[in-house]
Amino acid sequence: MASGGQTVLQFPQASTNLTARIHPLVIFNICDCFVRRPDQAERVIGTLLGSVLPDGTVDIRNSYAVPHNESSDQVALDIDYHHNMLSSQQKVNPKEVIVGWFSTGFGVTGGSALIHDFYSREVPNPVHLTIDTGFTNLGASIKAFVSVNLSLGDQQLAAQFQEIPLDLRMVEAELVGFDILKTAMVDKLPGDVEGMEATMERLLALIDDVYKYVDDVVEGRVAPDNNIGRFISDTISSMPKLSSEAFNTLVNDSLQDQLLLLYLSSITRTQLSLAEKLNTAAQIL
Amino acid sequence: MANSGARSFLQVAATEEVAPPLRVVQIEGLVVLKIIKHCKEFSPALVTGQLLGLDVGSVLEVTNCFPFPIREEDEEVEAEGANYQLEMMRCLREVNVDNNTVGWYQSTLFGSYQTVELIETFMNYQENIRRCVCIIYDPSRSNQGVLALKALKLSDSFMELHRTNNFTGEKLREKNLSWVDIFEEIPIKVSNSALISAFMTELEPDTPVNQCDYERLQLSTHPYLERNMEFLIECMDDLSMEQQKFQFYYRNLSRQQAQQQTWLQKRRAENMARKAAGEEPLPEEDPSNPIFKPIPEPSRLDGFLINNQIANYCNQINGVAGQSFSRLYLMKALHES
Repeated sequence: MASGGQTVLQFPQASTNLTARIHPLVIFNICDCFVRRPDQAERVIGTLLGSVLPDGTVDIRNSYAVPHNESSDQVALDIDYHHNMLSSQQKVNPKEVIVGWFSTGFGVTGGSALIHDFYSREVPNPVHLTIDTGFTNLGASIKAFVSVNLSLGDQQLAAQFQEIPLDLRMVEAELVGFDILKTAMVDKLPGDVEGMEATMERLLALIDDVYKYVDDVVEGRVAPDNNIGRFISDTISSMPKLSSEAFNTLVNDSLQDQLLLLYLSSITRTQLSLAEKLNTAAQIL
Repeated sequence: MANSGARSFLQVAATEEVAPPLRVVQIEGLVVLKIIKHCKEFSPALVTGQLLGLDVGSVLEVTNCFPFPIREEDEEVEAEGANYQLEMMRCLREVNVDNNTVGWYQSTLFGSYQTVELIETFMNYQENIRRCVCIIYDPSRSNQGVLALKALKLSDSFMELHRTNNFTGEKLREKNLSWVDIFEEIPIKVSNSALISAFMTELEPDTPVNQCDYERLQLSTHPYLERNMEFLIECMDDLSMEQQKFQFYYRNLSRQQAQQQTWLQKRRAENMARKAAGEEPLPEEDPSNPIFKPIPEPSRLDGFLINNQIANYCNQINGVAGQSFSRLYLMKALHES
């Protein structure tokens, strides 16, 4: 972006420590809107909702597309639609306010400044999020920008888009499971046992990795790294030191508790089905 | 197949009237995330929202959804709610979202969703749309690292019975309907557009462990099990209340029958006497007598629902306890090695 060659050109530093945090739902929604865009449209734009956290992070939690018309040098946004949708969204969650706007495509384009101006009137210092749905650089590039004033001495020259760090909050996606979200079609939701199995496999793989690493270090195949060593020793020391007996009683007590519960619930179920059978027997008689 | 090609449009139209039964609910990943976001944000309050999508043969595609504001028992607010719904549908249609209601979603706590309200909402929806589904999400269960998403519908035979609102034992026996047959669970499929799957593959963090694993390996399941047991006990109390109601009904019924018998015998004896005296016999029935008034049989619906609840809690306890077993054995093995 603008590389000021002159010494008097000033970049304000105040807003550069701003970061944005984006939830996976926003990406999903924007992609969906892009897939459903009108025939002639090349990109979709829309509003980002969320909140500004006390530490200045912009938390982007929700979004909706706004219809627009674009020609070579002008952009017409459906402002009525924008306001209607906003008031509807606010009815559900009043805590989510406008924090910026999004557009698909790679980086900032010409019309972006105009739309950014419009959003600046809705909310001070909006965030501009771009999602590259065309995979221009063979990668999923998601970027966030804020507008920064560029001034020459005291004179206001222009505003430029400055990229700010973006934090992808994938925790929610992890809760659902990436296996479900990244494949085109999943036939069955994973149940309790399958999930547990996958987790255990991963844990086992991790333990194997650590074993291998320790063995390699001991035998001198890999240069030791103090940091990793400290992590491993921290992990091991975080396990409470219990005598074997105490541990066994602990585990056995828990097991017995669970067994009791299992027994209780099974007996209840049996009762229910027995009652069911009695009911059917009564019909036959 | 040559024959089928020559069929007239009329024939095709006639055959299409018979809708194939609903087999699969296909949900977009977007909808899953939206539901989870809405339910989690407001948990422990229970929230609902509308599902939009398409009805394709035996598959119900859910392609979008929107949340409802938290409902308040106020008529003015209710009207506003309807407005909100229309407005939202209109707005979504403008950005080419499928504009067809296919059901609703709701959050639940510890799987206690089998209520009369759910059935009534379902019947309401069913009146307007031929095929609808209810998606249930349980935020409390998700803390265990399980994606607790369920698609439910009422069974056809139950709906038929509900329309006549006749839940007497006789009727149920006739239909051969038991509490297991009220709700039908429909398997869920999750689909994603190619664009989203590309993004997700690209953005998936390269860590071997994720949040879900942490939660699955949490050793403390006691609070969850305790709550479950509490609910189970409450249900048991409710069930015994229901049973008392029935016992009361049967006791009343048999007392009434005995009264009727004695009355009938008396009347017969009287008639015999009248016959002997050469008089007209009195009728053997007397509708004006209060002992001939039929006692209304209590509805069995509540009992059925409670049975369903209990079965559900039992399943949950079984599931969680099973998981804890594997966890405990894992811990034991780790400790030993």
